[in-house]
Amino acid sequence: MHNDIFEIGGKKLSSRLFIGTGKYASDSMIPDVCKSTGACVITVALRRVDFNAITDNVMQHIPSHMQLMPNTSGARTSDEAIRIARLARATGCGNWIKIEVITDNKYLLPDGYQTAKATEVLTKEGFAVFPYINPDLYVARDLVNAGAVAIMPLGAPIGTNRGLRTEEMIQILIDDIDLPIIVDAGIGKPSHACQAMEAGADACLVNTAIATSEDPIRMGKAFAEAVRAGRNAYLAKAGGTSQLASASSPLTGFIHNHEGQS
Amino acid sequence: MSFFSVFEQYKKIDIENLSGAIDKHAVLRSLNKNTLSIDDFAALISKSALPYLEQIAQKSHDIFRRYFGNTIQLFTPMYLSNYCNNRCLYCGFNHDAQIKRYQMSLDEVENEARIIASTGLKHILILTGDAQQKATISYIQSCCDVLKQYFSSISIEIYALDTKGYEKLIQSGVDGLTIYQETYNENLYDTLHPIGPKKNYRFRLDAPQRGAEAGMRSVTIGTLLGLADWRKDIFFTALHASWLENHFPETEISIALPRIRPYYGSYQPEYQVTDQDMVQMIIAIRVFLPRCGITISTRESEFFRNNIIKLGVTKMSAGSTTAVGGHSLSNMQHNQFEISDKRSVSQMAAYLENNNIQPLFKDWERF
Repeated sequence: MHNDIFEIGGKKLSSRLFIGTGKYASDSMIPDVCKSTGACVITVALRRVDFNAITDNVMQHIPSHMQLMPNTSGARTSDEAIRIARLARATGCGNWIKIEVITDNKYLLPDGYQTAKATEVLTKEGFAVFPYINPDLYVARDLVNAGAVAIMPLGAPIGTNRGLRTEEMIQILIDDIDLPIIVDAGIGKPSHACQAMEAGADACLVNTAIATSEDPIRMGKAFAEAVRAGRNAYLAKAGGTSQLASASSPLTGFIHNHEGQS
Repeated sequence: MSFFSVFEQYKKIDIENLSGAIDKHAVLRSLNKNTLSIDDFAALISKSALPYLEQIAQKSHDIFRRYFGNTIQLFTPMYLSNYCNNRCLYCGFNHDAQIKRYQMSLDEVENEARIIASTGLKHILILTGDAQQKATISYIQSCCDVLKQYFSSISIEIYALDTKGYEKLIQSGVDGLTIYQETYNENLYDTLHPIGPKKNYRFRLDAPQRGAEAGMRSVTIGTLLGLADWRKDIFFTALHASWLENHFPETEISIALPRIRPYYGSYQPEYQVTDQDMVQMIIAIRVFLPRCGITISTRESEFFRNNIIKLGVTKMSAGSTTAVGGHSLSNMQHNQFEISDKRSVSQMAAYLENNNIQPLFKDWERF
């Protein structure tokens, strides 16, 4: 499986596990988590970055080989997301941007309409846009048309650790959308990530489940192994499953009997 | 549309009897639900829940970690002015208090800002008394112009405004509103606020809504714990927060839990609020409103604050002073109330870090 390189946004990635920077007890854990996961991509909330910080700054802890994926967490409108994206690029964070527009603080569910609007503007400005959405086929199609480089559907609301509650809808995106599908949010256990990869997702982004575990470094490793296992299973094309045993009195058996009589 | 109509429905309910009718089965049922109703919340703050505080705390801690991670946001208050036309019986800045009145000039605001910003804090909460002719909206706007250069987020804790007033301050860079009802008991409210603009219960009750309508990113409500039976006031605070969450989903709603502290005066709180009571309300709020912010100030002791950081608190003040220009002017200024946890910002941050909590200095900026 060494040849299974994930090409996206002009980069070749050796890992299909994307990680985050939020919720850690200390940002100083981040380099070790990068190492234990083998992840190549890391998302960071621009609203929490203080480029002039006299205190600790999360950016200091991100190893230089990591591909940055700044996110627009905190944005409530497409305009805010656009401004955050431009600031991210202007401050040297590159041209990848994960669009998060959330207008519901209770469930933290993304606003598809605002996300599509921001995506349309930012792709024209040369950003590689990774929009975070509810797994909605129509919104995903709009995002394809708007020039997104991937679709990031949620498995369950952010921070819930509830797994792939939206599995059926994600499967539709995997089957029908001609862009990489990166499952984001809700993945609480390595088995959830494995399940998403087995189903044909191109990658998973995991933050809460790693950052809030008792041992983020070990949990990061577990997720990396689960993502690899799921990906291998997908590539190996698992045998079909059936709930039906072979019937002892087949309904179509007469075809052969009839042929035998003639 | 106003929370007042919901308040009217519930205010006739005898929370004490409701609590009395709640047995351990009701508490356990509420604790095991994924989505709690206000009746479930009443069960969790009832006396029947006392034997189950540890179980509720474990659930609260779990929810806190999932939604907020191992982080607590730090901020500090900045008192701009202590002129006040209210006579709130419990307040050190009330109109009749024989204290030195002062309002900082813009240069003094800048000095104060520079000193606070040197601690690394990026979130500031500015406060004034209720003297709208003195600490005018335009004065506060001018202060914001200065403060914007030093802080990424500015919140206000000032007299209640109409929606247009809040809109003006948002235009000037304010993104958060803190406003306490003090108590939801209308009769007690009337007694505690004998004269002054704050006497209008309904105008204050609707202020969080007006702030949200004006576009505040975050709105923090609360009561002054000790003025009334905490179970009643916390019931209505949570009901109010829940109503705000449902009607303004784009606004981040928080509850602050200020416990009354001694001040330069003679008011003695009628009700005792113990550490156990504080713990019960923190964990019950966290379980009822999983994403609601919970703020604990330096009114609380170092010991208490150290022990509640894993229960579900999301914001803490640090390095606080409650005097006008308390960081930069002479110590001739009077405090609104005595703070208890006197640790500096760096001491507080170091304590959190040593206990596996990341102190968040910056969580938003005006993009």
